[in-house]
Amino acid sequence: MTARDPLLDFTLGVSFLSFLAIGGANAVIPELHRLSVDSGWMSDGMFADLFAIAQVTPGPNVILVTLIGWYVAGFAGASAGTVLMCVPAGICACFMSTLSTRFQASRVRIAIQRGLAALTVGVVLASAYILMGAADNSAFAYALTGAAAVASVLLRANPLVYLLIGGAAGAFGLV
Amino acid sequence: MSEGTASPDAMAAEPPSVGMLFLTFLRIALSGFGGALPFARRELVERHRWLGPTEFNDLLSICQLMPGPNIVNMSFCIGWRFQRAAGAAASFLGLILAPCIIGVSLTVLYLHYGQIPLVSAILRGISAAAIGLFLGLGAKMAYAERRSPHILVFAALAFIGAGPLGVPLLAVILFLAPFSILAAWRWSA
Repeated sequence: MTARDPLLDFTLGVSFLSFLAIGGANAVIPELHRLSVDSGWMSDGMFADLFAIAQVTPGPNVILVTLIGWYVAGFAGASAGTVLMCVPAGICACFMSTLSTRFQASRVRIAIQRGLAALTVGVVLASAYILMGAADNSAFAYALTGAAAVASVLLRANPLVYLLIGGAAGAFGLV
Repeated sequence: MSEGTASPDAMAAEPPSVGMLFLTFLRIALSGFGGALPFARRELVERHRWLGPTEFNDLLSICQLMPGPNIVNMSFCIGWRFQRAAGAAASFLGLILAPCIIGVSLTVLYLHYGQIPLVSAILRGISAAAIGLFLGLGAKMAYAERRSPHILVFAALAFIGAGPLGVPLLAVILFLAPFSILAAWRWSA
């Protein structure tokens, strides 16, 4: 892979990735991890750190693609990655939304949406699994992940609270 | 105004301008951590009333069905609805520009100072907590489907394929989607 241009490889990878982002940008984390780490562009640790930076950045989760693009190929990588991840899919959604509203109630749409939603649930959990392997390197880190998961299900606090607690635990050398 | 009513008159009297679309999506982007959708609903439905509550749900269901980041798809759809191509471009740029600049700035700082043990320790803590939020999200999504065994079965298969087995996502989706959709046709629709 090293003989090839990382910008080209990254651009090609992302342009096909956007059409796998069914149910949102979180669904492509397993594939982003394969693209970034397995091709030797970055270590597991760097992927985990970029993920953490994307999480503390306000705005859509798709920003992880921008940051990986920046790391792999600078400004060109960040711009190309962001545009390819967003624009073709956005235009498709636009056309779809202007089609007849009869589409809304159709049984075919419901079946497609429910069928794909099932896969989305599994892929979100797979993202968590892959990120744990990449980022959680200590028993305390796993405990923190578990505690945040339980708390986020049971409580209705702003997600930023958990990120701050995690950051503080890290600062005190616990993770 | 009650939540349940979705009348076309819930819409603003005048369509929003290109500049207004840009500023509104900029606001949505800057107020949302870990996903911008709840903030989008507050701005578009409750504050500006550009969409009625059920219009928002219908639009969201299309944006979720189509590939691509949901909130990004929504910015295109809403921009296009009010101001065609210029509106779509303004909404999308409003949503994405500031987060890109902030995220890249943080990354540049990190690449300069990431070797400092304190910085990497803080990031490790943030990662661990953020992964927990993902796990919680997946758990909530699965719990919402507790009455649909076929959904849970296909969720489990997708998890095993994309997670522990490390199968490429395209293969997972192409292989499972036809069966998952057929099962949904039989039991959900």
